[in-house]
Amino acid sequence: MEENKNFTVSVYTENNIGILNRISAIFLKRHINIESMTVSKSEIEHVHRFTFVVEVPETLIRKVVGQLEKQIEVIRAFYHTEDEIIYHETALFKIASTHLYDEKIQDKLKFRRAHIIAITERYFVIEASGLKEDINRMYEKLKPFGLLQFVRSGRIAITRPKMAITELLEEIN
Amino acid sequence: METLKKDIQEGIAEKMIKITGAEAVIKCLLEEGVNLAYGYPGGAIMPVYDEIYKYQDQFHHVLTRHEQGAIHAAQGFARVTGKVGMVFATSGPGATNLVTGIADAQIDSTPLVCITGQVGSHLLGSDAFQETDIIGISTPVTKWNYQITKASEIPEVIAKAFYIAKSGRPGPVLIDITKDAQFGELDFSYKKCKKVRSYRAIPKLNIAQVKEAAALINSAKKPFIVWGQGVIIGGAEQEFKNFIEKTDIPSASTVLGLSALETKHPLNVGMVGMHGNYAPNVLTNSCDVLIAIGMRFDDRVTGNLATYAKQAKVIHFDIDPAEIDKNVKTDIAVIADVKESLAEIMQYVNKTEHKEWMQEFNKLYNIEHEAVINNQLNPTKKGLTMGEVIGGINKETKGDAVMVSDVGQHQMFACRYADFIKTRSNVTSGGLGTMGFALPASIGAKMGVPNREVVAIIGDGGYQMTCNELGTILQTKVPVKIVVLNNSYLGMVRQWQELFFDKRYASTEMVSPDFVKLAEAYDIEAVRVSKREDLADAIKTMIASKETYFLEVVIEQEDNVFPMIPTGASVSDIRLS
Repeated sequence: MEENKNFTVSVYTENNIGILNRISAIFLKRHINIESMTVSKSEIEHVHRFTFVVEVPETLIRKVVGQLEKQIEVIRAFYHTEDEIIYHETALFKIASTHLYDEKIQDKLKFRRAHIIAITERYFVIEASGLKEDINRMYEKLKPFGLLQFVRSGRIAITRPKMAITELLEEIN
Repeated sequence: METLKKDIQEGIAEKMIKITGAEAVIKCLLEEGVNLAYGYPGGAIMPVYDEIYKYQDQFHHVLTRHEQGAIHAAQGFARVTGKVGMVFATSGPGATNLVTGIADAQIDSTPLVCITGQVGSHLLGSDAFQETDIIGISTPVTKWNYQITKASEIPEVIAKAFYIAKSGRPGPVLIDITKDAQFGELDFSYKKCKKVRSYRAIPKLNIAQVKEAAALINSAKKPFIVWGQGVIIGGAEQEFKNFIEKTDIPSASTVLGLSALETKHPLNVGMVGMHGNYAPNVLTNSCDVLIAIGMRFDDRVTGNLATYAKQAKVIHFDIDPAEIDKNVKTDIAVIADVKESLAEIMQYVNKTEHKEWMQEFNKLYNIEHEAVINNQLNPTKKGLTMGEVIGGINKETKGDAVMVSDVGQHQMFACRYADFIKTRSNVTSGGLGTMGFALPASIGAKMGVPNREVVAIIGDGGYQMTCNELGTILQTKVPVKIVVLNNSYLGMVRQWQELFFDKRYASTEMVSPDFVKLAEAYDIEAVRVSKREDLADAIKTMIASKETYFLEVVIEQEDNVFPMIPTGASVSDIRLS
């Protein structure tokens, strides 16, 4: 049995209604659970980029990428292992203001990429960004103070190897 | 300069005419060369139907008795002509009734454009009367789909739909048009689509791959070809024949590849798969190079993948990169249109002979003939067999007919025993296995090739799924020949119950109405045959008839299809009984 690995899948698409449905259907058909997903504009005008994180065997993700690329509005799809990408996630923690001057929480905030982005009479909000593990660590540290709300983003990733998307677009245009 | 600019603009303006979205739909179809569609009207598509009425001297619409009948008819038309099949349906149930046919067309790579009406755009998402999210529903089973909410989008989207449906690996496309977009006006002009930025219809042939494949083929001692529908879709029948004749390689077909090469060609060693021929299945596990051409290694073809052609180097010719390594690991992939790649490889392959290897196929054919084929075609037992009915049709049509089969035992008999001398002559539901396919598909097929004999072979179960389409025949007078092989069972399921469920025939025995009377009620000449001595004459009369003709053949109740590869078994473990 081939072992599961974490893969980051980048899908470049036309920015059309319904494309998310079409892409997610490919994962659904193969019964793959999506760990996280982020959609945004890409470096190319009118082209969007989906970033999926999945944990599957490599043979399977190769087939999935082939089937993703088959979709009419998908320009290209790529998959990468963890060491081929530089990635980030962001999280927001909402905590009651009673803890604002708590020294312990000040200590916790010494995490490299965390800072307070809002303070009101009733609560304050901490934003933290980093690797998934960094966010998890932060979560564990702040949980004892009572989280009024917690939310984290999907992964955004830049690949170390080149993705030949721009050249491909030039070729087909 | 300003004057010139103004003149040009006025010139364009003169060419443009203001029409409704509904009229634009018909005009677009005429621009695409489409003047025949199948469908069923309803509230949300009425503006388009009103235009069909207006354009009836140029555009022909066939009213079926159910939307499923419409889409299967369009599939039959597309399969025999290679053109895009066209379907209309209304919103909600009209649209959802198309889904089976869309899924069937998707898996069998049949080019279709389906246009569905949709509720007004202001009602979208409100669970309005006859509203369904047909875009969401059809997404996993269409090559592409799109919802139009503005009349001005219609020409561009329809042009794109036709380009996508028929280019590369063909497939079904669905366009959903809201009612306000049908009523809305636009300045009409039409330009055929030739390119979609994100879509590469035909991959560029890589000559290095071709040379590598040729070298492997030249070095092979026991090469074997399995071809599929890609040869037919690519119009590569001649290139394929040239290739196998030069290389002298025994070749077998998938169900959907049948008729790309004439049945009696000396290098045609039959059909692979669960109910395929003995020799090509067994020898798949003896060949040294397996060459797959325009086929997708369906699980009904490969049996157990863990034991499929493990000894062989595999070369895969296909237009769809996603098919490479999907099921069977390939050593060399030639990703291109097979018409182009097979023509190209002719320069690099040697003229060869594989007489001894071919002998192995002949030896196994003789075993199968003795154990199965002869008994099926020339039975001595009392009851009529499905095989002898197909054999009788062969005699009368001389292999020139289009055989449209439904799904089940009779389908496998038709595919195994029908003689084909022309391409695009085997129309059946391969990948999805849709019962109810054949009767409506035969209507479309006959309309596609009116000068050819079209014979529908249907079981008593599948027939009753869409026999309402006799009404379409009554109205159109399309002269198809309908043969129902009646064993009063859902035969294929019954066979499995016999073999794998201790003969526990759960819900497979079927009581049917008097099919002859039913056909007569639709003004169709009909005959029932249950004795061997009457069969030949009945078939002769049917084929000689210029009208629609119905023939029911009462056949042996517990006839089985052999050979058979049980699910999960290896292709070389094929059973002869």
